[in-house]
Amino acid sequence: MTNKLIDIVKVSKSFGENLVLDELDLYIRENEFLTLLGPSGCGKTTLLRILGGFETPDKGDIIFGGKNINALPPNKRQLNTVFQKYALFSHMTIAENIAFGLKIKGKSKSYIDDKIRYALKLVNLDGFEQRTPDSLSGGQQQRIAIARAIVNEPQVLLLDEPLGALDLKLRQDMQYELIRLKNELGITFIYVTHDQEEALTMSDTIVVMNQGYIQQIGTPEDIYNEPQNAFVADFIGESNIFAATMVKDKVVKMLGAIWECVDVGFGENKPVDAVLRPEDIDLVKPGEGVINGVVTNLIFKGVHYEMEVLANNYELLVHSTDMFPVGTEVGVKVDPFDIQIMKKPESEDEEVSNIEE
Amino acid sequence: MKNKKLLAGPYLFWAVSFIIIPLLMIVYYGMTDSKGHFTWSNLAQITTPENLKALGLSILLSLVSTLFCLLLAYPLAMILSELSMNQTSFIVLIFILPMWMNFLLRTMAWQNLLEKNGVINIVLSFFHLPELTIINTPYAIVLGMVYNFLPFMVLPIYNVLVKIDKDVISAAADLGANYWQTFFYITLPLTVPGIISGITMVFVPSLTTFVISDLLGGSKILLIGNVIEQEFKQGSNWNVGSGLSLILMIFIIASMALINKYDKDGEGTAF
Repeated sequence: MTNKLIDIVKVSKSFGENLVLDELDLYIRENEFLTLLGPSGCGKTTLLRILGGFETPDKGDIIFGGKNINALPPNKRQLNTVFQKYALFSHMTIAENIAFGLKIKGKSKSYIDDKIRYALKLVNLDGFEQRTPDSLSGGQQQRIAIARAIVNEPQVLLLDEPLGALDLKLRQDMQYELIRLKNELGITFIYVTHDQEEALTMSDTIVVMNQGYIQQIGTPEDIYNEPQNAFVADFIGESNIFAATMVKDKVVKMLGAIWECVDVGFGENKPVDAVLRPEDIDLVKPGEGVINGVVTNLIFKGVHYEMEVLANNYELLVHSTDMFPVGTEVGVKVDPFDIQIMKKPESEDEEVSNIEE
Repeated sequence: MKNKKLLAGPYLFWAVSFIIIPLLMIVYYGMTDSKGHFTWSNLAQITTPENLKALGLSILLSLVSTLFCLLLAYPLAMILSELSMNQTSFIVLIFILPMWMNFLLRTMAWQNLLEKNGVINIVLSFFHLPELTIINTPYAIVLGMVYNFLPFMVLPIYNVLVKIDKDVISAAADLGANYWQTFFYITLPLTVPGIISGITMVFVPSLTTFVISDLLGGSKILLIGNVIEQEFKQGSNWNVGSGLSLILMIFIIASMALINKYDKDGEGTAF
């Protein structure tokens, strides 16, 4: 997991007036499950299409295994793409679909037949050789699309929101399937999604993108627990974000009170943003917390209750397995290490630009 | 439900009056002699040497025209399908503009262009180039057919091409196929329904036309359409004319059935 396989160096791309990627730097290691995560229009699909060879960058270089592949057409690249809407060849059988890449490369019939059997077994669709794509469900078609890509033994599999068209249950099953596949194949997966849950479940590394810039790179735990700016905090999971003031190291003033935290190095009396995850807020008896508030809304969510608490004129979103009816007076408490402090962006530009250079 | 069925009334009336009854009348005339007795002899007229020759020539010229239309239309449809919507509508406009003029007028214009002392030859002689003498030959007829029926080949192919998911083409490239491999293994097979539809729409009118062969072939070249026309108008022999029409109809149905066998989806065909 240590070797750099793909190096993306200062890649820019625009369509007409619209700058989609701006001097983006990123490297991808061998055998990594890397997810590009962001809202639509953030440039994640464009980046994937550049890697696949379907777009050429305006500026910058794509280095693959030490070689610049900017000018290499898709059919010459050592990677394969699984497309969002499967893109199966509807006039061919499943076996012909899977065999397509191998036939183009002139492999022998017995080799191809073995590969088809192996690939269908891998995606749990043995015996589907003579079916046609039209007769398959969405989930099955997606498995065939994956089988069709992996028989070519690519070093990297690019997946463009492959689960986007599937229903929730199937999507969750396919997430485990993909993790299993990646481990069995031992290759690099680059996965594009706007679904934070998919990203958190499957990835080794998550790259959060917005408006053509990388917002944060990290493990799922890093991204969730220590978002580096308000965009990441807001995009990944639910969160309460407040303007706050760092009084000094380990002391922050927010919600009209002084709180103990664990963050250091922001200076004294500096404006910052503070993030509180809804599940990290503890509701206690009035007076026992740092501030007092009133429950204004209550929704049962299955796993937990979702409550809105009005405290010092701030609205807090709270997730708890304990139920507090609307109108209950509560105290609000947060453990110091559950308060995440983020540097406040000084301008709108800075918010979307790289966080840690 | 009942109201919806009523809505089909006007068309039903139309179909019965102007399609089914005339068709039955052709069958009646084709199967009887001038005294109204049943006979096969009208159908058998196709076996006379002149009529067989006309039928053979019609089939040959229609096949050649259809082939030329296909060869011209496919690249054009591909270019159109890759353009943006605005550019496409402009080119389509230029392309179908001639169709807004009367069919006869367009064919007569070709007559004027191709004549011995026509526009083309005047231009050619001005540059001291050899004269073009294709008027009143099968070449002129094929030219007329291709010119008149080309749009009917372009549109169905274009319609199928724009419906192909761009990702499918990308997927072929991704799996290692170069431009021509992608074209022959993916694009071409996926457009077969459009090609078949286009062939139907060019081949059938080419096979039955008599105006184009009349105007561009002079009176020297008889196609099966001309033979039928003459039976009705000059010979006033409705029985033989109807008989030959029936034979032609059977021929068209048979050829369409043959084509349909290769079109698994049945999308966009005449049947």
